Amino acid sequence: MVDVAVIGVGMMKWGELWDKSLRAVFVEAALNAIDDAGVDRIDSMYVGCMTSGLFTGQEHLGALMADYLGVCPIPATRVESACASGGIAFRQGLIEVASGMSEIVLVGGVEKMTDVDGGGATYALSTAADQEYEDYNGVTFPGLYAMMARAHMEKYGTTRKQLSEVAVKNHDNGSKNPNAQFRMKLTVDKVAGSVMVADPLTILDCSPITDGAAAAIICPLETAKKISKKPLVRVTGSGQATDTIALHQRKDVTWLAAAEIAAEKAYKMAGVKPSDIDLAEVHDCFTIAEICAIEALGFAEKGKGGPVSENGETAIGGRIPINTSGGLKSKGHPVGATGVAQICEITEQLRGESGERQVKDAKRGLTQNMGGTCASSVVHILEVA
Amino acid sequence: MSTSARYWREIPQRYRYEASKCKGCGAVWFPPRLICAECGKREFEDVTLSNTGKVQTFTVIRVAPNEFCDESPYAIGVVELDDGVMIQCQIVDCLPEEIKTGMPVKIEFRKVKQEGQAGIINYGYKAVPAA
Amino acid sequence: MAGIVGYGAYAPKYRIKVEEIAKVWGADAPSYKRGLMLREKSVPAPDQDVITMSVEASRNAIKRAGIDAKKIGAIYVGSESHPYAVKPSGTVVAEAIGATPDIHCADFEFACKAGTEGMFVALSLVEAGKMEYALGIGADTSQGAPGDALEYSASAGAAAFIFGKNDTVAEVEHTNAYMTDTPDFWRREYMHYPRHAGRFTGMPAYFKHVTGAATALLEISGTKPEDFAYAVFHQPNGKFPTTVGKKLGFKPEQIETGLLCPRLGNTYSGSSPMGLTAVLDVAKPGQLIFMVSYGSGAGSDGFIYRVTDRISKVQDLALKTTDYLDRETIQLDYGTYAKFRGKIRMSE
Repeated sequence: MVDVAVIGVGMMKWGELWDKSLRAVFVEAALNAIDDAGVDRIDSMYVGCMTSGLFTGQEHLGALMADYLGVCPIPATRVESACASGGIAFRQGLIEVASGMSEIVLVGGVEKMTDVDGGGATYALSTAADQEYEDYNGVTFPGLYAMMARAHMEKYGTTRKQLSEVAVKNHDNGSKNPNAQFRMKLTVDKVAGSVMVADPLTILDCSPITDGAAAAIICPLETAKKISKKPLVRVTGSGQATDTIALHQRKDVTWLAAAEIAAEKAYKMAGVKPSDIDLAEVHDCFTIAEICAIEALGFAEKGKGGPVSENGETAIGGRIPINTSGGLKSKGHPVGATGVAQICEITEQLRGESGERQVKDAKRGLTQNMGGTCASSVVHILEVA
Repeated sequence: MSTSARYWREIPQRYRYEASKCKGCGAVWFPPRLICAECGKREFEDVTLSNTGKVQTFTVIRVAPNEFCDESPYAIGVVELDDGVMIQCQIVDCLPEEIKTGMPVKIEFRKVKQEGQAGIINYGYKAVPAA
Repeated sequence: MAGIVGYGAYAPKYRIKVEEIAKVWGADAPSYKRGLMLREKSVPAPDQDVITMSVEASRNAIKRAGIDAKKIGAIYVGSESHPYAVKPSGTVVAEAIGATPDIHCADFEFACKAGTEGMFVALSLVEAGKMEYALGIGADTSQGAPGDALEYSASAGAAAFIFGKNDTVAEVEHTNAYMTDTPDFWRREYMHYPRHAGRFTGMPAYFKHVTGAATALLEISGTKPEDFAYAVFHQPNGKFPTTVGKKLGFKPEQIETGLLCPRLGNTYSGSSPMGLTAVLDVAKPGQLIFMVSYGSGAGSDGFIYRVTDRISKVQDLALKTTDYLDRETIQLDYGTYAKFRGKIRMSE
């Protein structure tokens, strides 16, 4: 297997991009990645996207994006795994380069979510759950995570304040990220006191509806050494796993088994353990999701995600900084783009390009992206080469 | 607009709680499956789920999907039936603040949604506090 | 002899009081309560309709009958509020109780008499030997126009009866029917609320037909009012059945057990059938029960039941009618009631 490096990343300002179309959003981020990498060609591309069909009516994104990126006739493949679409697209690109099939691959993720109203977006997102045995009853994603939150609170004593601390910390980080959608700072009282969406989760426990894209360019490490002018970042670990589509069929609704197994595989591949990781971008679609994720990844003991989030261990400067980008909470969550944007953040941190939110001496970072209620999850480990 | 077939084919589960019990390991699957996810066996016997159970976790949906907007707020929970099978359904006939984890419930036949004013009515199961 | 082998009722958990309705329309609650002999009425939850209540009542009936639902040869659902204008209620009920596909289904409509109509036909098919068991159901989620006198009483409930020849809990000793064309209450197609003819609904309608059927029933059976332990009449309010019972020579103690209207309202097709379930819940072997329904348009069905020894074995096998009435109810304000009943014009 060929060693693979990330040689370019492309982000853009995320938010309600009323004047930008699905294709425009994607191409903007992809061009930023191509410019960052300084490459003059790509051999193959992947597009992570959850449900452009429901959000905009547009499918067939591989061809559309290759066309508007001006790279036809290269192979272009769309990857869908709900909110893990971006992360799993990255893994597919990684596999293509590692196999030797292609040399320079672009992996992008995109979602244009504001072309439908709130009810339409709620519906589109709900399609990641079991349509016949979850959604049929009127559940929403905040509702599913709220049930996980209640169970976690009752089982482990996780508190309302601990949930709020996740949002406060991520908005602190996001306030330092010019690309983040919501850069305002929050307080624990403001989070707890905001409008209830699905008890016990308030609107400020939830990631927002976002338009946005992110892209990365990867190639063999040996090629990177020749063509890259940036500090080299190597992908050392990758793991992916699945779980039951329906939350209620899990033995423990508080445990993200797919994230745990994906992480185990990635740690093994990289030959490292959780304590070797300097920072991580995790899938905080809801505050409770970050608490559960840091447990599954081994950054907190089972059931201790709440206290670990409350005592500052996950802040920049803490034991294991989590979501330095602001996470999905503050940076925004254009679902198909999120997994790729996590790669962008870790790459920039390892290159030392993160400005105000830079983690000192960051040498090894992890990304964790998940779909649905973690029915699919993907973990990557990136290291300074 | 979807045809009625999608609703119609789930009737045995939605109306009568028909499930499949693996002849290999005894795991009960709801809805029924073609292969047991526990032991890989492909032979099953038909069983009917228990219609009583306990709330394992729940939430109150206050921002609902379009089809359910008129009904919010409404409670949804994960219910462990007395035979050990987990289902998810709405919890009705009580105020949301009265619902507690561990609360005993009974399954009743209810209207779940309708496909617009002119479309078919979708029935199914919901939990109500046990008498 | 053919008779009832299993019975069951269902009533929703929500209620609205006469005072709450009267307040909105500036009406005098005490005079309505006195005039209608009615305190509150049941209200179906937004997720309940004739089909859901029929299923629950039928499940209770099956528990008491102790039979395999596959043996039921017919289901007749009587109602004036079938959820569909075109598409049977009976097939959904049949599917939910596991009685398909070897079954005959029909939906009946005859104002408040549709329930006993279903019972009448189910019984007749069993008596004729066409099938082993037949299920007759009366259920409604009735609506009175906002502000109309009917709004105080139109309520929701269901009762289901499985008829058969073996293991009966009450044999049907006599039946009769009494009908004329009397336009006292109606609802035209596409109309949301029914119309009624005011005081004309009394003497020439309810009283004439109930009395006509009852008198004939006593005559053909050679019985007298005092022979009966219980009498159940259709209950559009609390007053009519009380008055008609007295006129026929029944005593208040014969009527009160089956008189559910004061705390339940008028469940229309479920009205006298639910009254009968409440009586069967407490009846003793050998007792006679007199029952006369009424439906506008107009007509009455009469039944005389003799309770058998098996009754005491089945009474506790399912929730009793009074269990549904005595359980903790949820009281609605008028605004929530209007929302539940689809009386608010929504964004399209």
